[in-house]
Amino acid sequence: MKAFKSLDGLVCPLDRANVDTDAIIPKQFLKSIKRSGFGPYLFDEWRYADVGEPDMDCSKRPLKRDFVLNQPRYQGAQILLARDNFGCGSSREHAPWAIEDYGFRVVIAPSFADIFFGNCYKNGVLPIVASPAIVDQLFRECAAQKGYKLRVDLETQTVRNPAGEWFRFDITPHRKHCMLNGLDEIGLTLQHADEIKAFEAKHKAAQPWLFA
Amino acid sequence: MAGKTLYDKLWESHVVREESDGTCLLYIDRHLMHEVTSPQAFEGLRLAGRKAWRKESVVANPDHNTPTDHWDEGIKDPISRLQVETLDANIRDFGALVYFPFKHANQGIIHVIGPENGTTLPGMTVVCGDSHTSTHGAFGALAFGVGTSEVEHVLATQTLVGKRSKRMLIKVDGKVSPGVTAKDIALAIIGRIGTAGGTGYAVEFGGSAIRALSMEGRMTLCNMAIEGGARAGLVAPDEKTFEYLKGRQFAPKPGDWDKAVAYWKTLQSDANARFDTVIELDAAAIEPQVTWGTSPEQVLPVGGRVPNPAKEKDAQKRAGIERALQYMGLAADTPIQDIKVDKVFIGSCTNSRIEDLRAAAKITKGKKKAANVKLVLVVPGSGQVKRQAEAEGLDRIFTEAGFEWREPGCSMCLAMNADRLAPGERCASTSNRNFEGRQGAGGRTHLVSPEMAAAAAIAGHFVDIRKQN
Repeated sequence: MKAFKSLDGLVCPLDRANVDTDAIIPKQFLKSIKRSGFGPYLFDEWRYADVGEPDMDCSKRPLKRDFVLNQPRYQGAQILLARDNFGCGSSREHAPWAIEDYGFRVVIAPSFADIFFGNCYKNGVLPIVASPAIVDQLFRECAAQKGYKLRVDLETQTVRNPAGEWFRFDITPHRKHCMLNGLDEIGLTLQHADEIKAFEAKHKAAQPWLFA
Repeated sequence: MAGKTLYDKLWESHVVREESDGTCLLYIDRHLMHEVTSPQAFEGLRLAGRKAWRKESVVANPDHNTPTDHWDEGIKDPISRLQVETLDANIRDFGALVYFPFKHANQGIIHVIGPENGTTLPGMTVVCGDSHTSTHGAFGALAFGVGTSEVEHVLATQTLVGKRSKRMLIKVDGKVSPGVTAKDIALAIIGRIGTAGGTGYAVEFGGSAIRALSMEGRMTLCNMAIEGGARAGLVAPDEKTFEYLKGRQFAPKPGDWDKAVAYWKTLQSDANARFDTVIELDAAAIEPQVTWGTSPEQVLPVGGRVPNPAKEKDAQKRAGIERALQYMGLAADTPIQDIKVDKVFIGSCTNSRIEDLRAAAKITKGKKKAANVKLVLVVPGSGQVKRQAEAEGLDRIFTEAGFEWREPGCSMCLAMNADRLAPGERCASTSNRNFEGRQGAGGRTHLVSPEMAAAAAIAGHFVDIRKQN
């Protein structure tokens, strides 16, 4: 996993609530057995005027010009600004893979769906929960200022706007440690292999039918 | 001191270690697997030179990409075929307790075959790279969906890293009226709490209306917990649970059975357990439900009318209603029962079990599909369900009505195989998600119960099932 320390990134606003993972990456792209290459199909049905299929050359596809990802002012954005319940629905990790592959490293929203929220951390994408009032403010500022950027710093858990105003966000110490250092969580867990084995033996003695 | 909830008991009995910030290493008993969310996990194991920790925990089968007809022709789409063959190869290399390859007599939707074989048991932790893993909570198992990185983590370590959820009790008391099913209870709950209402929670379903549900009904209800935002739904095990499990292939053997049941009986929330949130519903007030929009929370009783955005004061909600109406091709204030359907889908991990098919067949018997309905797909949840239905003659009831009787799989719930809606087509569906494009790009989905879907197929539009009997 890519480490994440800080980012000074262009913001792209996606102003709708309950964005589901089917919208983030439609099902036909889930047939891939790879972990990369999903970026061109991010938000496929909202982004392109035709129906996408795997392995299409997206540079030649007709665009829906109004969609934010297609607007010139948001090209190169690294921070996605979203609304409530972002990432609901299917557990597909292809959603954060597509977000990361497109170039986003941070998603800011008032709330996220649980599975998507957890999946982001595994892929070096930082999901930040901000209060509805702050998110409203960010949407207003983003609409008003071309080239609107935010500075996200994981060490201090802060987000700063161009005017120098800032807010703090929450993250568990475990997730922060893994993100800052780009750690492989499996490797960390396997350091406790003896404890897992001991638990397993006890568990098997108590409920042998689970191991039949 | 407050007692413990069922969720707390399940969680605490699987904690391997706990960090000072509450992050736990949780032991996983059962790992269900399908072809879509597992290939990258196995690839990760290979790249790191790791083995599966306990291959006997794995129950796997392809279901999302598999066709539901012309099995003799195999999987025509080469990308789908490769994904299914990749699962074959991964199970061959890493092992599993149960594997039903494509065309095996018992192959089916993973969330149907797990319970069917007794590989889902009370007191277990069950995970799968699939959000509808919540289904298995119907047995009093802590079951939830995970991403592919977590699939790899479970394969390599038999554990997951996580923090305890908040606890919600959804209590449904009273008696539902005839024609009102577990699906309607689930949709009514989601209509009440919203699709994010359960975010951060494990939800326990309780109350007399839940106790009265069959195991199939409880699976339907827990399956939809994720549509209310909750990763896990739970129903405490009882005599119905034990009766359902007894004698199944991987259920405890006679020597262990009494001990297992004695333990399972402790899997109840204590009378003085504290929940962070309690929601109560009156079962008698629940009507057959139909979704009208592009989120499961956009749902109405069958007697209702599609909402009018002009009446919504909140600007964001108003925009949401307008967008949903536009996508769904519906005018404000249209009565639900005036909405005509082009296709009907009866199936999915929500509603493809034998009881669902019996209920749909009861409505269908002796009738024909309406002329305006182009296709009615009936897709059983597994090979076992299919054989049982055929033994009862349900397949003939469907085919005589002009419905198609197919092979098991996920099918048009998410349209990864050839079963899908064309742009603009409208479908009455027993599945779980009415998101934009879910059943095919541009397709329009209305979620309903199996009875309501069958009745819509016959009438050509939604009808109040209570007036059909």
